[in-house]
Amino acid sequence: MSERPSRTALFLGYLQIGLTSFGGVNAWARRFFVEKKGWLTEQEYAEVLGIGQVLPGPNALNTAIGIGTYFHGATGAIVCALGLFTGPMVLLAAVASLYDTYGQLPLVRAILTGIAAAAAGMVMGTAVKMVTKLRPSRTLLCIGLAAFTLAALKVRMPYVLLMLAPLGLIAAWRELDR
Amino acid sequence: MTGEDDLWPLVTGFLGISLLSVGGGIAVLPEMHRLVVESHGWMDGLAFAKRYALAQAAPGPNIMVVGLIGWHVAGAIGMVSAMLAMCGPTSLLAYAFARLRRRVAGARWMRVFERGMVPIAIGLIAASGLLLASGAAEGWLPVAISAGSTLFVWRTRRSPLWVLAVGAVLGALFLH
Repeated sequence: MSERPSRTALFLGYLQIGLTSFGGVNAWARRFFVEKKGWLTEQEYAEVLGIGQVLPGPNALNTAIGIGTYFHGATGAIVCALGLFTGPMVLLAAVASLYDTYGQLPLVRAILTGIAAAAAGMVMGTAVKMVTKLRPSRTLLCIGLAAFTLAALKVRMPYVLLMLAPLGLIAAWRELDR
Repeated sequence: MTGEDDLWPLVTGFLGISLLSVGGGIAVLPEMHRLVVESHGWMDGLAFAKRYALAQAAPGPNIMVVGLIGWHVAGAIGMVSAMLAMCGPTSLLAYAFARLRRRVAGARWMRVFERGMVPIAIGLIAASGLLLASGAAEGWLPVAISAGSTLFVWRTRRSPLWVLAVGAVLGALFLH
């Protein structure tokens, strides 16, 4: 950790993440905290995210609370959560009615499809980047690939976690011994 | 019929769903469909699907779909109550866990837990990207945009907003 961000910086950071995060928040939060600001290392972010995903609840929010608590305890968690939701809440309240009217217009649909395709690449590129930077052992890599395959086959999430979390724990246990 | 009478079932419904949502809010999409479309008839399947598509297309957490449903059922108060019901209890749990993690930082069992979940976290991110890509893959151009964007984000440190802008322009020119 190169420096400790202030609460204001965390709030503004999550406000920005909330308003730009096409395709899901996690890839954008990683870009902000790890790449742009250097407030978290690749490993630290991956750990907070992993915890956010196994706990019940929206994982982007769980991760925001984890990051906020890490830096500033309860108030940190609150500013991160508020920052994350403020922008999208206002935006969605404004566009929800427009979308019902105009969302199916061919031009609007075409633009949204182009953005969705690019955002999908953003998310996949982030996953590849995390793997290349973290250089996991072969065992951990296999567990990651299994998680990817099961989720891509649309196996229900609780089952994926029930199957793979124990394997992840065993692998991490053995690697800490070395 | 929608309005104030529906506020209570809306809140209790999402409270129940939130506790099942291991693996993220979108893991419980089928349960949401059951609550909103089948049990209470607050909207039909198409309206539900449209709101889900909007929450996906807009920036921000995908769980905002719950806010959109709340808005439809009971206006602004519905939006806020549904989001609080869906996110409140699990947020307290996430906070309690984060506190615990700080208190026992460095303890061996916590290190094992933190490290063991990392590969799952990354695998799930990759899968969400792939599912998003397959949803957008109407012909070869969206697939090419996804592939190009993957390379761009992997190999450069430039802002991904560039590829989103390119995707929007290519979509506007060639996808309709």
